[in-house]
Amino acid sequence: MRPFTYARAATEDEAVAACTDGAAYLGGGTNLVDLMRLGVAEPARLVDVAHLGHDRIERRADGGLRIGAAVTNGDLAADRTVRAEFPLLAQAVLAGASGQIRNLATVGGNLLQRTRCAYFQDVTKPCNKREPGSGCPAREGEHRNLAILGHSAGCVATHPSDMAVALAALDAEVRVRGREGTRTIPFGDLHRLPGTAPERDTCLEPGDLITAVEVPPLRMPSRFRKARERASFAFALVSIAAALRTDVPGGTVTDVRIALGGVAHRPWRARRAEERLRGARASGEAFLRAAEAELEAAEPLRDNGYKVPLARNLIVRTLSGLVAP
Amino acid sequence: MTDRLEGWEKVTGAARYAYEYPLENVAYLAAVQATVARGEILAVDAEAALGMPGVLAVLSGGNAPRLAPVDDGELAVLQSRRVAYRGQFVAAVIAETPETAAEAARHVRVEYAPEAADVLLRADHEGLYAPEKVNGGFPADTESGDPDAAFAASAVRVDATYTTPAEHNNPMEPHTTVALWEDDGTLVLYDSNQGPSAVQSTLAEVFGLEPAQVRVISEHVGGGFGSKGTPRPNVVLAAMAARVTGRPVKFAVPRRQMWATTGYRTPTIQRVRLGAGLDGRLDAVIHEVVAQTSAVREFAEQAAVPARMMYRAANRRTRHRIVRLDVPSPSWMRAPGETPGMFALESAMDELAVLTGVDPVELRVRNDAPEDPESGLPFSSRNLVACLREGAARFGWDARDPRPGVRREGRTLLGTGVAAATYPASTRPGEAVARAEPDGTFTVRVAAADIGTGARTALAVIAADALKTDLGKVRMEIGDSRLPRAVVAGGSAGTSSWGTAVVRACEALLVRLNGEIPPEGVEARASTADEVRSRQKYARHAFGAHFAEVAVDLDTGEVRVPRMLGVFAAGRIINPKAARSQFVGGMTMGIGMALLEESIMDEAFGDHVNRDLAQYHVPTCADIRKIDAVWVPEADPHLNPMGAKGIGEIGIVGAAAAIANAVHHATGARFRDLPITPARVLAEL
Ligand SMILES: Cc1cc2nc3c(=O)[nH]c(=O)nc-3n(C[C@H](O)[C@H](O)[C@H](O)COP(=O)(O)OP(=O)(O)OC[C@H]3O[C@@H](n4cnc5c(N)ncnc54)[C@H](O)[C@@H]3O)c2cc1C
Ligand code: SF4
Repeated sequence: MRPFTYARAATEDEAVAACTDGAAYLGGGTNLVDLMRLGVAEPARLVDVAHLGHDRIERRADGGLRIGAAVTNGDLAADRTVRAEFPLLAQAVLAGASGQIRNLATVGGNLLQRTRCAYFQDVTKPCNKREPGSGCPAREGEHRNLAILGHSAGCVATHPSDMAVALAALDAEVRVRGREGTRTIPFGDLHRLPGTAPERDTCLEPGDLITAVEVPPLRMPSRFRKARERASFAFALVSIAAALRTDVPGGTVTDVRIALGGVAHRPWRARRAEERLRGARASGEAFLRAAEAELEAAEPLRDNGYKVPLARNLIVRTLSGLVAP
Repeated sequence: MTDRLEGWEKVTGAARYAYEYPLENVAYLAAVQATVARGEILAVDAEAALGMPGVLAVLSGGNAPRLAPVDDGELAVLQSRRVAYRGQFVAAVIAETPETAAEAARHVRVEYAPEAADVLLRADHEGLYAPEKVNGGFPADTESGDPDAAFAASAVRVDATYTTPAEHNNPMEPHTTVALWEDDGTLVLYDSNQGPSAVQSTLAEVFGLEPAQVRVISEHVGGGFGSKGTPRPNVVLAAMAARVTGRPVKFAVPRRQMWATTGYRTPTIQRVRLGAGLDGRLDAVIHEVVAQTSAVREFAEQAAVPARMMYRAANRRTRHRIVRLDVPSPSWMRAPGETPGMFALESAMDELAVLTGVDPVELRVRNDAPEDPESGLPFSSRNLVACLREGAARFGWDARDPRPGVRREGRTLLGTGVAAATYPASTRPGEAVARAEPDGTFTVRVAAADIGTGARTALAVIAADALKTDLGKVRMEIGDSRLPRAVVAGGSAGTSSWGTAVVRACEALLVRLNGEIPPEGVEARASTADEVRSRQKYARHAFGAHFAEVAVDLDTGEVRVPRMLGVFAAGRIINPKAARSQFVGGMTMGIGMALLEESIMDEAFGDHVNRDLAQYHVPTCADIRKIDAVWVPEADPHLNPMGAKGIGEIGIVGAAAAIANAVHHATGARFRDLPITPARVLAEL
């Protein structure tokens, strides 16, 4: 590991000022420190942002929540309001990592954790995301758990976060404090598709500090589900966060949200499927047609074609469960 | 039901593992691994590393001490310019702190002339050859009768190919060595291994020393699962570094480096042909295995060997072919041979049960062998049928509807499966010393290794029995090569071999004890070489049966195992508490093998890509639901004075087949390639 200095910021101003080139913010360190050990991340300085007072979950006037960026994943999943009113969020967080890791991991760090692509983590091999222009061995190599949607010739990585999938379905917003001041980013704009610049996971600029996540009220049944080889402590093969409202039980869909994880470089909001469903009768048949419409765009690689039926089944089954719980 | 004697030390952290020995002036080693899969090292540039403060030395082929050649080419560390596989140790940094060593290792530049590498095992590889012997000293091929003709003429035929992937042992404690050279030239190794005597003799050979000049201390070992059964390159590297720097050197192999350097189970491709009558009685058994080895070590996994003794059939053939690839050397992993081999054979038996309509338990009972089918030797005891019957009764097997794919609960399919298990019951020669102390206690010494199995406790129980005294009066001393020479904890022969020597030493001591014990104590030593070699000839094996229930999610292809039962016949069980944990541990590893474990070979680079425990999945607590292991009473007078068979490995044998067979029962689809992942299951649903 390359030697580095450590500074604990006491205020947002201090943090942003300290995060000059070559520095990185430190949340729980559960991803960043691993990557430093692997030589993938080599910050010269760590700016600890876990003590800026961003560790609270507050009720907004409209009934939504403002979740501080330093709230731990463990605290978020245990929060009574989150469990009662945003079950998909609590379920998503609980489905991730292990109890020990969730106790350290922060909301901000969770959103900005990096891909689990094995080549990205191995500095002895090329990887466009780690070393722009070096190539993407995953495309022809090991990619069983990589993207089927929205990938590019240069990168087929997936975003690994479960929590982010729930936040995508929730139409959340991200509060960012940058060198130029404060701004709010719609959640769907935070993470990028790889395109020709896979080294950029998000639209954030150097020095940008996530201070909070804003979650509008949901007020409809929701659920998160994750498919994985083992029952715990595994990243998603495919995950889904969904919410659905009908006018009357078994009636017409008035609102629907579907986000998929494990399929793309960012949490994948299934807008096409949602469009098909809005105003349609809530039935297994309709869910299937919507899922298929969404997955028409899928371009599976040699060894990850299974994700297409997996995503389809998860959409159909999860929505069906929300109609007839 | 004896608690582990060292349990208190272990849970409080007082038990000392290799890395934890406090030594003065210690230095730390970090190894540099090859980044090509095959080729020649042209140059090693250590300048940048040597310039870093705290770096003591950089070792590479150019300046490493010369070693004596030994059979295992893995131990010729830094002796050649050739790179045999990606990840091979090609240099090492020794520094004042582990952090400095690791950082400096990143700055050692190695220049290679790479060559095209051949890393994928194929059944039609032109390099396949018949090894002179397979592991265990068995012939590579056997044949009796006319298996091809008998198979062709059989009323019912199974002809199927099964594959198992590379799997890594992953003990919790990585391979670790602390090496130091004393002024008199003695090499002292605090080392994590499965047998200090073996490390002692091998390292003496490598460094051109007398065995007495090497001392190996391994008091506590955090698991091995076979991977610590033979010394790995890490121990040689640490000893070399200590010699060059003149300081004690610590080296714990990082988890990611273990993938290439400390062994794994070879992938296998196995074709099984079973020919039977309509009643399921076997007439032909043909089991042919293809496996890999490396360019520096011949390791021939004996996967078809269990097919030689499992079932009766007049016509039989087994065959092993291996190929030298540019890959890390495969090595021992829990029940080597039996584990992959019995996955194939017991899956094929299930296919035969389906084809003949004979219940899978009944099919195995019908084909039980009255004597060893190939050697004709009588079995010392064989209670496979008792295990099957006992398991069937406990598991509720009789109520089973044999039709596949018909049990549905919501969105899951349910099924049950059975498979047999077997493992050789070996005893090997060794020595032990028993001592009566003047205070009325006893000290028993043997260079055994307790790798977490409870061996120390079992030996104390055996000694107390033999001495007719209380367990509390017996002090076991193990894990040191200065103690009486002992075999490795491997091949499920540890307790049986060490225990025999302990019993004989204790018996000899009782003979010498009459009345008052003098202040210097009374001691007796036993060597079991003659006893073990002159034993009557028997086929000695443990047996077992696994019963598994699986739930298969129709939407996701996820397979879970809500219930599993293992029933074993393994002679006298010395310590039921530890034995149950060995069986259940083996079964748990079998669940991992069936559903999760796979080291994925990267064809382009020649290494395994998923080199950590976030990517290489073993079962978590959430994967293990209702699981139990029991045993049937078995009195076998032909084994050893304890009447015990080894129990460390049989728990995994057949476990994966029971699960795969249950998945077939649940879904109607046959999975012949492990692991059975959602990707594979979804393709069949
Ligand atoms: C073995 C293992 C299994 C896991 N399994 C899962 C899983 O199943 N599902 C899942 O979702 N996750 C999983 N994780 C990932 C885990 O959720 C993340 O590591 C964690 O959420 C990261 O949070 P952190 O606070 O530790 O981030 P850090 O490691 O501290 O930081 C991560 C990144 O975010 C940046 N950062 C941190 N805080 C801020 C901020 N406020 N503003 C701007 N930038 C910031 C850092 O600079 C860094 O680049 C797993 C991790 C491990 C090690
Ligand atoms: S998929 Fe992306 S992260 Fe993985 S190797 Fe290719 S460029 Fe790198």
